Order: sequence, then structure tokens, then C-alpha cells
Amino acid sequence: MNDAAISCSGLVKRYGIVTAVAGLDLDVRRGECFGLLGPNGAGKTTTIEMIQGILAPDEGTIEVLGMNWSTDERALRERIGTQLQETKLPEKLKVEEVVTLFRSFYKHGSQVEEVLETVGLVEKREAFVVNLSGGQRQRLAVACALVCSPDLLFLDEPTTGLDPQARHALWNVVETFRRGGGTTLLTTHYMEEAEQLCDRVAIIDHGKIIALGSPSRLIASLGAEQVVEFALENGTPMPADTMERLPGVQRVTHDDQRTRLTVSTVHATVPALMKFLEDRGAVLSELTTHHATLEDVFLALTGRHLRDD
Amino acid sequence: MIDLRTNSLVQLTLWRTREFLREPEAIFWVFAFPVLLAFALGLAFQARGAETVRVAVQRGNGHGDVDAALRAAPNIEPVVLDSGDAQRRLRSGRVAMVVTAGDPVTLRYDSTRAESELARAVVVNALEEAAGRRDVVSIRDVRVRERGARYIDFLIPGLLGLNIMGTGLWGVGFGIVKTRQQRLLKRCIASPMRKSQYLMAQMLARLVFLVLEVTAVIAFGLLVFQVPLRGSVITLTLVVFLGAVTFAGFGLLVASRARTIEGVSGLMNVVMVPMWIGSGVFFAYSHFPDPMQPFLKALPLTALNDALRAVMLDGAAATSLVWMLGNLTLWAIASFVLALRLFRWQ
Ligand SMILES: Nc1ncnc2c1ncn2[C@@H]1O[C@H](COP(=O)(O)OP(=O)(O)O)[C@@H](O)[C@H]1O
Ligand SMILES: [Mg+2]
Repeated sequence: MNDAAISCSGLVKRYGIVTAVAGLDLDVRRGECFGLLGPNGAGKTTTIEMIQGILAPDEGTIEVLGMNWSTDERALRERIGTQLQETKLPEKLKVEEVVTLFRSFYKHGSQVEEVLETVGLVEKREAFVVNLSGGQRQRLAVACALVCSPDLLFLDEPTTGLDPQARHALWNVVETFRRGGGTTLLTTHYMEEAEQLCDRVAIIDHGKIIALGSPSRLIASLGAEQVVEFALENGTPMPADTMERLPGVQRVTHDDQRTRLTVSTVHATVPALMKFLEDRGAVLSELTTHHATLEDVFLALTGRHLRDD
Repeated sequence: MIDLRTNSLVQLTLWRTREFLREPEAIFWVFAFPVLLAFALGLAFQARGAETVRVAVQRGNGHGDVDAALRAAPNIEPVVLDSGDAQRRLRSGRVAMVVTAGDPVTLRYDSTRAESELARAVVVNALEEAAGRRDVVSIRDVRVRERGARYIDFLIPGLLGLNIMGTGLWGVGFGIVKTRQQRLLKRCIASPMRKSQYLMAQMLARLVFLVLEVTAVIAFGLLVFQVPLRGSVITLTLVVFLGAVTFAGFGLLVASRARTIEGVSGLMNVVMVPMWIGSGVFFAYSHFPDPMQPFLKALPLTALNDALRAVMLDGAAATSLVWMLGNLTLWAIASFVLALRLFRWQ
């Protein structure tokens, strides 16, 4: 049996003059949780919908669970569970009715009660969808995806717009599914989500994969694990000399008012930086340090932030 | 024995049915509206005595004699006005004609208005009688009001047809477009759901309500206005069922591509408005000019209304409705075939 749950190559999708996906190769292994991380408009939804056989690619090949959409559509649909971006579940139905509806589409699957238990909506089974919170609706959408006991789970931005607590609740559901041996492909523009949930991440920008690997490998590729970020008082000019010579500094980037140093040793860099600035009469207005994240990887690769908000 | 919880056709039908039942506005439009409309129109046109004709007498030479002559007639209500006022009232329809004394007497009226001919007849009669005409034939009036020939008898089957058309288009079309708009259709086809079952469920849910709405309108007509149901219930069921299937096909057709509720509403109006007017719902389509008759008769609502009236009022059997049932069947096939070819799932 093939080791890949999903294997696609040379995927291209164009909408008029816009190329939403521009030649994308991807392999997802069985049992892993794989994340497509990228900013809005990067082509994540287009990619995940092509893989699910909902959108037809203009070019490229797709293999899912060792099968093809053109020949094995029915068998494949029985084995994948999905939550699509921006789907609104029927508002006039009750939670239990919605899950029962989706359960009826499949030959095999779980009990409705079991799935409600998994996503923590047992108490809400009699509630109308219209009365659910955003997080509960999202968990209901995931329940509809899980009700067929899928081998492969697709989640398109499952936690966008949720508060941190609701987000954690959903992460737990995904982790439970993964512990049960299921494969997950999810998209997100939250780097915390990718770091927390995913074994491997593909960073997507303008319809292409620009980096691929486990979150820790990607962060390690920066060559340093810490980030020092500072801003100067208004009106103080940024010293022209390079800061790359300061001890422990791997990389320097500027954007707007802020400067970021990717460093391997904060304790060596910070005192040296303070002295450097003082010598040049620059006054700090802000100084922070944090562990490097996928956000820093994206920034290093593209010069832009993942999120514009 | 099928398990209702795991049968997808049942679940899809339940989905649609529940959505409908939990939408108070929908209930109103399907059940209450046709009954209220029938009630209002039935009262307005019920037991109307001989009609009173309002005419203006233009002030001037000899207007007094004319006014007196008209006033003497039982069903004329004259009012003496200056020429400007009289013209204005004629234009706005508050009087049916303007009478000016003289030799000859001038009658000014709009011959395209239904009430004009009646006004002309009664005014001429009154003036001639006042001038001393002697009748050469003696006439006795017997007024009849027979069940099955009144306006309400004409109206109830028409409203039933109208309702079957409206709820077919709305019930099927609106539901599908809303589901598409919420990206639920897309979500459904990402599952192994059978598309044919989805569409079939829309039809089945439609038929559940059909029974209720038809019963409501017919029972109302029978109980409140004694509108007869002379044909067999089986024939009526056949006609109603075929009509409902046809208009559900139209609903599918208008919903096959539309992405927004506004878009589908517009299409529905394009389909429905010509039939509201031309298919003999509120007045007989024989009022339209002869060259239009074949086109009006070809419309599905015309066929449905004619068949409903034939069954309810004349007690017609299915065998005498071949043309109308054939018409509906052709429309049903055409709309389904076209809808399935055009249908977009996302
Ligand atoms: N149906 C469509 N028609 C036209 N352009 C589209 C359509 N769907 C997506 N796009 C464009 O393709 C690009 C990628 O979109 P998408 O895959 O939705 O990105 P993401 O999910 O990463 O936010 C965007 O520029 C978007 O505007
Ligand atoms: Mg998206």
C-alpha cells in the first residue's frame, strides 16, 4: 500500500488572468497532520478544494488514498471528511438533525452521539444551529466531517475568527482524530495553529510552496531561534552601520519603524545592541524578544507578514 | 423496512420540510395568503345587486331635464358638474361618462372601459323612456344565482392554480438557491450524497405541502362560499399532482444557475407574471384578442386552471382533459430536462 495519503504534482488553477495556484507539488503521508500556511489569497482554498475533487485543476495530477477522482470518485467520497471555508450549515435545523443528515450520506460511519461527544456538543444536541456560537458552529462543521469516520480529514481555516478558547477546543478535536490514526490536511493563516497541530507545514505564497518541513525545522532554517525586535523614539534616525556584526546576529530586517534581529544568543546580543545604539545617540522606545516562529520564517522569506490585521 | 435515520432521501426531504415548517413567513404565503385573498375577493364580488352607474351631467343649457330623467332611473346616479370637473372625473374613472344636453345629446366615454357599455345602455334607455318611448316588447327579469357560475366559483380554482404555481417555484427554487448561496450544495457534493436524491427530496418535500395547501383552499371554498367540487377526487388529485410537478420543474429551472436570492426572484417573476395575467386566474383569458389565444392556451397555468375548473365546476372526467394534462406533461418534461442540463452545484 502506498505510503502517501495525498500526492499531487504540477497543480495549476487559473481564474481569468489570476493564477490562484501556480504549479504546486505536495505529498501528505498517512497519519500525519499537514498544514498549508499562507496569507489570505495565497491559494490555500483553491488547493484544498482541488485535492478534494470539488474544483477541477487546469493542470497537474492528484492522487488521494491511492485513488483518482476521475475513476474512483464514489469510493473516495466515502472515505474523506471535510469542512469547507464559509459553509453555513442549515440554520433552522437542530444540531443533532444536521449530523444525522450528513451521516445518512455515507454507507459506513460513526454514531451521531459519538461524534457529538467527540466535538463536545452533546448538551447542544437539541439547539438550533442559528443559536450556536461561532466556535460551536465550527465544531458542528467538524462533527459533520467526522461522522463518516474518515481516513482523511480536510479542514479549511477551521478556526478563523474564533476566540482563543474556542480555538483550543477545536485543536483538541483535531488532535484526538490524529491520535486515532487519521490523516489531516488543514489550511490556516495562524502560525500558532500550524505550530501546535501540524507535523509538517507547507508555506504557500502566490499559489506556490515557498518552504516545506516540520515547524521546528522551518524555524531552525532561520539559523537562529530567537528574535529581538526594537523601535526607536520618533525622529531618531536609524544608525546606518550594519548590525549584522553584533554578536549572535544572523539576520537583520527592517519594516516601517521596527527592526528585527534574528539571533542565536539573546544574552550576548542585547547588551551589545544597547551599547551600539547608545554610542550613536539613538533612543529606544520599545524592545522585545521572543522565540522565532513560523511568522518569522514567512517574514524572512517574503518580507511580509502572514496577517495584515 | 428502511431506517429513517440512515436513509438519505428521507433525511434530505426532512431537511427541506423542517426548514419550511420552521419559517412562519413561508407558512403564511402558502396557506394563509390564498385563503385570505379568496375571502377578500369573494366578499367583494359576492351577491352584488344590479350595478349602479355614476355619470356626470355637464352644466349648461337643458342640464336640468337630463339630470331629472337620469335620476328617475333606478340604477343611475347622476351628478351635475362644470365641464372641467366633469372631464376630470371621467379621466380618473369616478364617473363612467359625461352627458351633455342638446340635440343630439352627447355621451362622452372611454369605450375600452368595461363599465362604459353598461353606462351607455342604461343612460340611453333612461333618456328615451323620459322622452316618451313606447316599448314594443314586454320583458320580465328573473335573476338567478347558481352555484358554479358565480365569480367566486371562477376564482377559487384559479387561486388554487396560482398557488400551485407560486409555491412550486418558490418552494423549490428559493430553497435550492439559498442552499447554494450558503455553499451547502458544495458541501453536500463533497460527500457521497447522490445529486438525484437531493433534487428528488426537493420534489417530495413539495408534495408534502401540496396536499395541505390544496386541501386548505378547496375546503375553504366549499365551507365559506359553497364552491362545488363536482368531479372525482382522483381526477382532481391527478390534475393537482401534474401541475405541482410541472411547476416544481420550473422551480428547478429558475434555480439551476442563480447564485443569489435576488437573481432567482427576478427569474421567478419573469416566469410567473405573464401567467398571473394571461392564464385566467382572476378573469377569463378569452378577454384577450383572438391572435393571442393559442399562446395563452399553451401556457401551463392556463392548462392547469382550465383543468381545475373543468373538474371542480363541470365534474369533468380525466378522459376529457387530455389536452390539458398533455400540455402539463410536456412542460414538466421540458423544464426538468433543461434544468438538469443547466444545473450548477457550486
Ligand atoms: N471563484 C473565483 N473566481 C475568481 N478568482 C478566484 C476565485 N476563487 C479564488 N480566486 C482568487 O484566487 C486566489 C486564491 O484564492 P484562495 O484559494 O481562496 O486563497 P486562500 O484560501 O489562500 O485565501 C485569490 O487571488 C482569489 O481572489
Ligand atoms: Mg481560503
